Amino acid sequence: MATVSVRSVRKAFGSVEVLHGVDVEVADGEFVILVGPSGCGKSTLLRMIAGLENITRGEIAIGGRVVNNVAPKERDIAMVFQNYALYPHMTVRDNMAFSLTLLNAPKSVIEEKVGRAAGILGLEPYLARYPRQLSGGQRQRVAMGRAIVRDPQVFLFDEPLSNLDAKLRVAMRAEIKELHQRLKTTTIYVTHDQIEAMTMADKIVVMNGGNVEQMGAPLELYDRPRNLFVAGFIGSPAMNFIKGRIEGGVFRAGDIALPLPSDPGQAREGQPVVYGIRPEHLRLDGAGVAATVHVTEPTGSETQVIMHLAGSQVVGAFRERIAEKPGQHLHIAPDPALVHLFDEQTGTRLN
Amino acid sequence: MTEAAKPLSSINTRVDSEVQGGVTEAEGPQMMSWDSHTRRWVVVYIPLLIFLFVLLFPFYWMGVTTFKPDSELLDFKNNNPFWVANPTLANINKLIFETDYTHWLVTTMFVAVGSTFLSILASVLAAYAIQRLRFKGSDYVGLAIYAAYLVPPSILFIPLAQVVFEMGLYDTSFALILTYPTFLVPFCTWLLIGYFKSIPYELEECALIDGASRLQILRRITLPLAVPGLISAGIFAFTLSWNEFIYALAFISSTENKTVPVAILTELVSGDVYHWGALMAGALLGSLPVAIFYMFFVEYYVSSLTGAVKE
Repeated sequence: MATVSVRSVRKAFGSVEVLHGVDVEVADGEFVILVGPSGCGKSTLLRMIAGLENITRGEIAIGGRVVNNVAPKERDIAMVFQNYALYPHMTVRDNMAFSLTLLNAPKSVIEEKVGRAAGILGLEPYLARYPRQLSGGQRQRVAMGRAIVRDPQVFLFDEPLSNLDAKLRVAMRAEIKELHQRLKTTTIYVTHDQIEAMTMADKIVVMNGGNVEQMGAPLELYDRPRNLFVAGFIGSPAMNFIKGRIEGGVFRAGDIALPLPSDPGQAREGQPVVYGIRPEHLRLDGAGVAATVHVTEPTGSETQVIMHLAGSQVVGAFRERIAEKPGQHLHIAPDPALVHLFDEQTGTRLN
Repeated sequence: MTEAAKPLSSINTRVDSEVQGGVTEAEGPQMMSWDSHTRRWVVVYIPLLIFLFVLLFPFYWMGVTTFKPDSELLDFKNNNPFWVANPTLANINKLIFETDYTHWLVTTMFVAVGSTFLSILASVLAAYAIQRLRFKGSDYVGLAIYAAYLVPPSILFIPLAQVVFEMGLYDTSFALILTYPTFLVPFCTWLLIGYFKSIPYELEECALIDGASRLQILRRITLPLAVPGLISAGIFAFTLSWNEFIYALAFISSTENKTVPVAILTELVSGDVYHWGALMAGALLGSLPVAIFYMFFVEYYVSSLTGAVKE
């Protein structure tokens, strides 16, 4: 177990810079998820921590030791790849034992460690099989087993669940989280799926275009996104945004008026702002604004309604059953305590 | 190697689509049955048979001639040229007991195995370095190696003869073992570059993190996965060395050091007399090792030319 520090790290491929000075601190035993759209540099950052890409500028330290010029094998890390990267010509046992055999570990130690990892992951019946004889979820487990056997200081996961089907993904998500709770090894996990990030992480690092947009606990990001990008990225269904301006103590867009949050912060009268409200923070209210129903999507536990409001598309998630047909009006009101205001120009949070 | 694989696979898919097309069209009510059965014969079986005939007839001729007594061999008026009336082992007997044929076979085998081994060793290291280490200018090195392949042996053997002489290797098997790689290494290197490319790079990255060195990765991950590629490179190198003619003719002078292709031509033709029976027997026996070699590895050979690593 160890801390990981990423200090003003830059990465350039030729003349193209893909990381523009990234700072991330990972505490000992923490589960940190790097999340962002594809091409945001999250995988590159992970590969730099692993030592598979060199560091153009800045430094990375693992356990207090700067590892910029340390070979991957000497960083004491284990990595799980998106395609599992199991050695196809070796059995599950040999795959898991590979790193130990390279260290010339005695047979009894290898047996014991592989046995223990297989026990943790429920892989005992498959030890003699080849990767091609396993299902996707089992392969994923072998890849994790290979990491566990090494008992590394840091686990690195590179989109490990993206090749699995939806149901298995949910199951493996819980499994990885449980594994982390059990082993308490510092973990850095890359994904583009914000639900994975929300459900598993101690700390989420939202990246976009080679920069860190925001870093914090999942609910902190959900409750107080620092800018429009994070607000739109975290949460499903995504936050609604309505463009307008502040006039006379309320938010106005076209002919509708919506209440401002109790503490509007830096928002000034007359300023063009983006009004953000999560679908689950809209409620039905006879005194609210009228929105035109476009599509209703009942899921049983809740109903998602896509509506048109002041020229914008707005999604609402309601516990109530919605009887309104498309074209009819629904009166909705936002919860003022849960409204987010963003600067229209810079996209930064105002309240 | 994909260039070589393309025609093969395109023929396959064409055959498949024709066969499938025939079946579905036969099921369609408006199609006449002519379209399925006859067409399949015309576009698939008959061309295949012609192809087979062209390929196999020389072997048949070799075989038939080997067992013909001289009387039948030289008199086509009174004998069927395509058949043997009174088979004899005299030609084979003459070949094996009256010439150094067994010795030639051993020499050829030694040369072929030696040069194949050397070439594969050099090619593996070269291909791995070019494909995986991606050092500066690796692309150009790859091209340069290929350019060496384009120099025809009929030009290269003159300067090479000088080298062979200077090194005191003239008229030894080593003259051939060391010169054959000039054309084997480029081909094998390119074949292996293509094969290494098909092995997911993530496997090597994973091994790198697992603590393997470059050589360990090559030995324990890449090479085991590249076995089909190694085998087809090996078969190719072996066949080329086994059949090589110009260098063997130029660098070897004594009868006992000759390789089979050169020896049967220079030792079994005396003046303008062709010992056809023994010649054909020599050719037939000489092609057997290669045929046996292919027989064992044909599946690897095909899979390496057409497919990649399967997990």
